[in-house]
Amino acid sequence: MDAITTVTVNIDGREVQTHPGSMIIQAADAAGIYIPRFCYHEKLSIAANCRMCLVEVEKAPKPLPACATPVSEGMIVRTRSPVAAKAQQGTMEFLLINHPLDCPVCDQGGECPLQDQAVRYGQDYSRYLEGKRVIGPLDLGPLVATAMTRCIHCTRCVRFGREVAGSVELGATGRGEQMTIGTFLGGTIDSEVSGNIIDLCPVGALTSKPYRFSARSWELTSHDAVSPHDSLGSNLKLQTVHGSIKRVVPRDNEAVNECWISDRDRFAYEGADCDDRLTQPLVRTANGMEEVSWEHALEQAAKTLKAAGDLSEAKIGALIHPISSTEECFLLQKLVRALGSGNIDHRLFQRDFSDDPFMPAYAGIETPVADVEMLKGGLLIDCNPRKELPLVALRLRRMVLAGGRIGALGSLAPELNFPLAAQESVRPAELLATLCGVISTIEGGTAKLPEALRSRIREANDAVDCAALASILTDSQGQGAVILGQGALNHPDASGLRAAASILAELTASQCGWIAPGNSAGAWWAGAVPHRLPGGKAARNPGENAWSLTEQELHTLVLFGVEAAVDHSDPIRLGGLLDRAHKVVVLSSYRSAVPDQADIVLPITPYTESSGTFINCNGQRQFSHGALEPRGNARPGWKVLRVLGNFLGLDGFDYRQISEVGLELPEPPRPWARTDAQQWKGESGSDWPTGNGDLIRVGDIPIYRTDPVVRRAPALAQTQDGVRATYCRLHPQEMTSRGLTDGASVRVLSDADSIIMPVWSDAGVLPGCVFLASADAVTAVLRTAQRLSIETVN
Amino acid sequence: MFKRFFNTWLLPELARGLGVTGKYFFRKKFTVQYPEERAPRSPRFRGLHALRRYPNGEERCIACKLCEAVCPALAITIESQERQDGTRRTTRYDIDLFKCIYCGYCEEACPVDSIVLTDLHEYHFETGAAGTISKEDLLQIGQKHEQAIARARAADSTYR
Repeated sequence: MDAITTVTVNIDGREVQTHPGSMIIQAADAAGIYIPRFCYHEKLSIAANCRMCLVEVEKAPKPLPACATPVSEGMIVRTRSPVAAKAQQGTMEFLLINHPLDCPVCDQGGECPLQDQAVRYGQDYSRYLEGKRVIGPLDLGPLVATAMTRCIHCTRCVRFGREVAGSVELGATGRGEQMTIGTFLGGTIDSEVSGNIIDLCPVGALTSKPYRFSARSWELTSHDAVSPHDSLGSNLKLQTVHGSIKRVVPRDNEAVNECWISDRDRFAYEGADCDDRLTQPLVRTANGMEEVSWEHALEQAAKTLKAAGDLSEAKIGALIHPISSTEECFLLQKLVRALGSGNIDHRLFQRDFSDDPFMPAYAGIETPVADVEMLKGGLLIDCNPRKELPLVALRLRRMVLAGGRIGALGSLAPELNFPLAAQESVRPAELLATLCGVISTIEGGTAKLPEALRSRIREANDAVDCAALASILTDSQGQGAVILGQGALNHPDASGLRAAASILAELTASQCGWIAPGNSAGAWWAGAVPHRLPGGKAARNPGENAWSLTEQELHTLVLFGVEAAVDHSDPIRLGGLLDRAHKVVVLSSYRSAVPDQADIVLPITPYTESSGTFINCNGQRQFSHGALEPRGNARPGWKVLRVLGNFLGLDGFDYRQISEVGLELPEPPRPWARTDAQQWKGESGSDWPTGNGDLIRVGDIPIYRTDPVVRRAPALAQTQDGVRATYCRLHPQEMTSRGLTDGASVRVLSDADSIIMPVWSDAGVLPGCVFLASADAVTAVLRTAQRLSIETVN
Repeated sequence: MFKRFFNTWLLPELARGLGVTGKYFFRKKFTVQYPEERAPRSPRFRGLHALRRYPNGEERCIACKLCEAVCPALAITIESQERQDGTRRTTRYDIDLFKCIYCGYCEEACPVDSIVLTDLHEYHFETGAAGTISKEDLLQIGQKHEQAIARARAADSTYR
């Protein structure tokens, strides 16, 4: 007998076909019949505790909740009948018993399901004269404001934490009228996707703290944008009033971000709109930096670039931040290359470039993001998806809940929101050897390894259960993925790790992925790398990369969106390049991001004020619309580069609109994140570890330090993730043996320099290692020293 | 025939008309000698705007922006922020008196009886910019005329 594939139900007189097992509310939604609801959400489990969706079902003795009643063949449902209407009206009356009448001061007012449904399904008067219940304040941290008296106990926020975010931070205590939502032991919400409970809350109990009281929903104008902060490219709506961004909310896109966004995407707008913005071009004169007109500044910039271009050797260098749009990357490389130089790069934190000649067209993830949850196995190499791609981590979590297994190998044990099947930590210097060890446990693995990698196997850390990590991929039967995180890509052995990961993926028929920062895929594809032209074509005369450029003597250095004091694997070294360069041209959005050595400063706008294309980790092009007019005299980066091209008299800079720039770039192919391992000769990793300290340095770029915009968002800096980035971290064992307590000040010493910072214990750091954040002006003085020591400061 | 002759040549209309003139000439005069004298006004009179305060001195306005939303002439501009004590307050409350059509919808919409239309109607501007009246000015008007405003609201309250 065939399985029943559809059932037909009658809802409000309409025949609706639906899947067996689906709920009445799902069938009604599909047919466009609206049933009021508070607790039901299509991405969350069914709780059926608000009772607002009561409907009349024929032959049922009393109204049934539509969200928890499965359909059956021939069921007749009435959502508007007198019985249903009376039940809904009664539920609404109960919900409003304790709900305060403070809609005028409530940020949810105007977009509140309770408000709307009270008008549509409720009564127009209240019979309730008794006192109302009041709940005290609840502190959920710097991002989410609360007014728990307004809570109607739908438990959407509780279910989101438990089911989607995987961090159980909110819970309900008490029953009936005494039920309250709160945190465990009065903690705050520290998840990196916590902002989503603001959108989920159907009343004004959970609202956005930075947005608090600054606008009303009906006066907001929405602009479709794409997040540049990570390589997922979450779809956003930037909402503005009176020429400033008031908040950012997600735009539904099932293939990318579903209906969620990370806190970084949601609250970074504060950094784009801050007071630190540059609004006028500056040029160095005898009296220091002076504000000048655009024409004068562009003339000066063109003059120095022209002079540099006329020199016989390539004396121009350009560094661009990967948060820049693809068009900006394209135009900058076009300009630099037209002046006879190939020195352009966006890989600011990368240290090992030896596999450049056999790199794929761009850095990406081969698995379509929407299919991540269908994988069976995954191996994370020096990767914390939760901090690097928070929404992909949610999908990995779903994959684990569905029975998939994930293993992690890295120098830090990531605090993940899903259980790992295997987790192994090794010191950074042992990472490549251990990965080769993992490969050698697979049948035929050793043979596949090129000689340069095979010789490393004996250096593998014996304590690591390589076979367990390998089995995760071999058991996945071609449904696995090897993912290299930010730590692996910026590792001194990065090229070896990429080669080994490629072999591992090939051996286990898995997919491969690299989590590169921001719009790296766009920058690669646009040719903002020294060895590739736009469209992934090899450059005939490769220029210098972000690391080797710092050893050059340049006439003119162009920094596009790069904050020289932090945006480099060794900012001191980059500072040396700035000192030596004859002229430094800085295109920046922020006053404080301009280095002292700058000679010409051109103010550009962040992504909120300029349009552009972003290519995500799957090679998907997405166009982002600027929401605001440029602040002051700042201008979108692509326009500045276009006019600079005109001032230089270069051909092919006569674009009238941004879409014409994009037309010069072909559509990117599907991502391919592998290198040709047989060509890898083992050049990397020769110059480290350096220094004499007793602790080995580990670290990554913290989630709220990735780009100049995020670094200037005050609310994000106050979160646990933001605060923890300012600490150095040690294993609890190290803490006790050194007699340190959490929060104590310590001096961290390299051979050459030292810094003072607070220390915190972190079980994720290996004993004998010390965690220091990179992309930080404080830790920058320690440069790339791998061995450090710690002294107590009294 | 005779009647027409009579009406044509003896001008009775003129006499009747002069009669009306004469009647009012000797009656008690009702012309109001503005500005020395004033005509009575309804408590619902809609004149210049004011923002009121509570008796304890706290401003009533909570920046709900309903007046701004309901204003058919888009005359009201509000910006709001959280005040130090955590309450919702306006940082800007401008009314463009040239745009305003004195319909009184803002007063109808206000949930806290903050924005009101007073019975003041004698005001002028010497510059175009002065036609936009700020929050401070509005609060000052409210403070100065609070008693009259409260009296007018009380007189009208039975009809609301």
